[in-house]
Amino acid sequence: MIKIERRNDVSRSIYFLTPVLAIFLTLFGGGIIFYILGFNPIEALKFFFITPISDLYGLSELLVKATPLCLIAIGLSFCFKSNNWNIGAEGQLIFGGIVGGGVALLFYNHDGFYVLPIIILSGAIGGMLFAMIPAILKTYFNTNEILVSLMLVYVAKLLLDYLVVGPWSNPEGFNFPETRQFSESARIPVLFDGLRIHAGIFITLITVFLSWLILYKTYLGFQIKVSGLSLKTAKYAGYKGKTMIIIVFMISGACAGLAGVGEITGPIGQLHRNISPDYGFTAIIVAFLGRLNPVGIIFASLIVALTYLGAETAQIFLQVPKYTGQVFQGMILFFLLGSDYLLFFKIKFLGLKKNEL
Amino acid sequence: MSFDLNFIGILIGAIMASSVPLILAASGELITERSGVLNLGVEGMMIIGAISGFALMVVTDNLFFAVIGSMLSGLILSLIFGLLTQSLLTNHVATGLALTIFGIGMSAMIGKNFVGIPGKEFPLLFLNFKESIPFLGPIFFGHSIILYFAFGLPFLTNYFLKKTKTGLIIRAVGDSPTSASNQGINVTLVRYSCILYGGAMCGLAGAYLSLIYTPQWIENMTGGRGWIALALVVFATWSPIKVLIGALIFGGITILQLHMQAVGLRIPVQLLSALPYIMTIIVLVVISRDSRKIKLNTPTSLGQIFYKEK
Repeated sequence: MIKIERRNDVSRSIYFLTPVLAIFLTLFGGGIIFYILGFNPIEALKFFFITPISDLYGLSELLVKATPLCLIAIGLSFCFKSNNWNIGAEGQLIFGGIVGGGVALLFYNHDGFYVLPIIILSGAIGGMLFAMIPAILKTYFNTNEILVSLMLVYVAKLLLDYLVVGPWSNPEGFNFPETRQFSESARIPVLFDGLRIHAGIFITLITVFLSWLILYKTYLGFQIKVSGLSLKTAKYAGYKGKTMIIIVFMISGACAGLAGVGEITGPIGQLHRNISPDYGFTAIIVAFLGRLNPVGIIFASLIVALTYLGAETAQIFLQVPKYTGQVFQGMILFFLLGSDYLLFFKIKFLGLKKNEL
Repeated sequence: MSFDLNFIGILIGAIMASSVPLILAASGELITERSGVLNLGVEGMMIIGAISGFALMVVTDNLFFAVIGSMLSGLILSLIFGLLTQSLLTNHVATGLALTIFGIGMSAMIGKNFVGIPGKEFPLLFLNFKESIPFLGPIFFGHSIILYFAFGLPFLTNYFLKKTKTGLIIRAVGDSPTSASNQGINVTLVRYSCILYGGAMCGLAGAYLSLIYTPQWIENMTGGRGWIALALVVFATWSPIKVLIGALIFGGITILQLHMQAVGLRIPVQLLSALPYIMTIIVLVVISRDSRKIKLNTPTSLGQIFYKEK
């Protein structure tokens, strides 16, 4: 006899344990899919989740991928906490990359400590401005922010394509769709020789700390959380809803823009068509997996970054397409959302009582 | 440039063909949304439909199985969505996103062995009329059966929602699940059915792409059409006939953009390709400004979780 009861209050331990449960279920589900495809599931999962991080280079790659994911997800947590569905972070990332990259090309052959900070700042501003489009349209024209932010992703992608093929393409580049390599002063320095891990990780960590400060120690953070829990309460308390929508979109756009400019001045070093393997979309999963909590998001970004690395390794060793990573990412989110049921409902296993027989 | 009537007819026929996947997916999603469920997984269900249809065509060599299979695979994917949102009460937006990400990944995994295989010719109806009647021929004849179905679907959907009892129940569930439930309607069951129907239509939309429109399998071949279909539902303010009009406008932009490229106008290709997306935003702004107009048909409980205390 199974009985389902509604919980009166959400248990905090379960709140942070269900993501772990979701990860285990995903591994199990992934094993089944690999088995159906004709692989030994244990071997395949090993190639996917252990081989990629079994050496120093792999660990550095993990951090290279987690850096933008964590940054974007932190920004998104501001939007999602206040019930604003910005799902166009990918476009904000690309636009930040375009603006930052444009400035980097402008400062081509310039030396000086000021070059890199200007580029990074302009990237953040670029992402911020791009995110303000859905925010302003939502506040003043009542449009759906999900659709507008998403449509803008395609616009940003096509704009990038136009720039790297046309006006910004490398004059000595034999018509390859890419810009010049940025000069040394425009590059984020790597931390260790021979590894790709770069100083951008500090930008991410500082942003995480600042976000924690804003969300948990300021009045603004309080307002954001209240609006997310109950719009009516927020209105009754007299919060300026419109201003807040614009602020959370600005924060989240700036973070995505930072991630974009961090990628092009860090590991990539130029602009080309594919500056992001859908980091902006994957970061949505990171934000949920981390429970919209800054510390949770750090852990979640490492786990989701591993699915990227795993897909690359599996592509080489198992000849499966690199999109396999997305299968795992989708499954994590499915299982996470599904196991949230346990937060609100108790499942009781009762023995049969005599009078029930 | 010679300008004959027959060419315009062919152009209109091409516009109709390119709007078919949008009509199918948007009509399906419209029913889902009318029952109060927002499924953002349209793109994922479409691409799964595209690869399943194509794979079944290659494996069974039977187009009928391919089409039915694509609808079933869209339906299965939407069943995952239904289980999560209706039985486990998850957030519609997040679940739909997961569905799209999962669907794109899964389709690439399945499609690995089907890249580069040529498609099969899909039978087109009334081909002799297409040739023999100028102007009207290429508009009305020489299309696949799915196109004729797609162009009838919005009218059927309109009739179904407005004139039948089931349609009324769906609208009641979408507008006020609590009152519907108090009237003895099984809200969860109605919503499940609408979700599954939407999934099947998205699967069919995908099959149209991989079997008829561009008969082959390319990774990510839906290219954002699922998202445009979602925007179309809002554009149409949840009215099926307006979905048809909207889909034709978007199909028109797509075809126009291809022709402008072919003619060699000195406009960047990328700007033309961005037109459908920019147009969507502009249209959304124009229709959303008038909140009374948009509220007229909007399902009041759209995207809200319904839970009945037992």
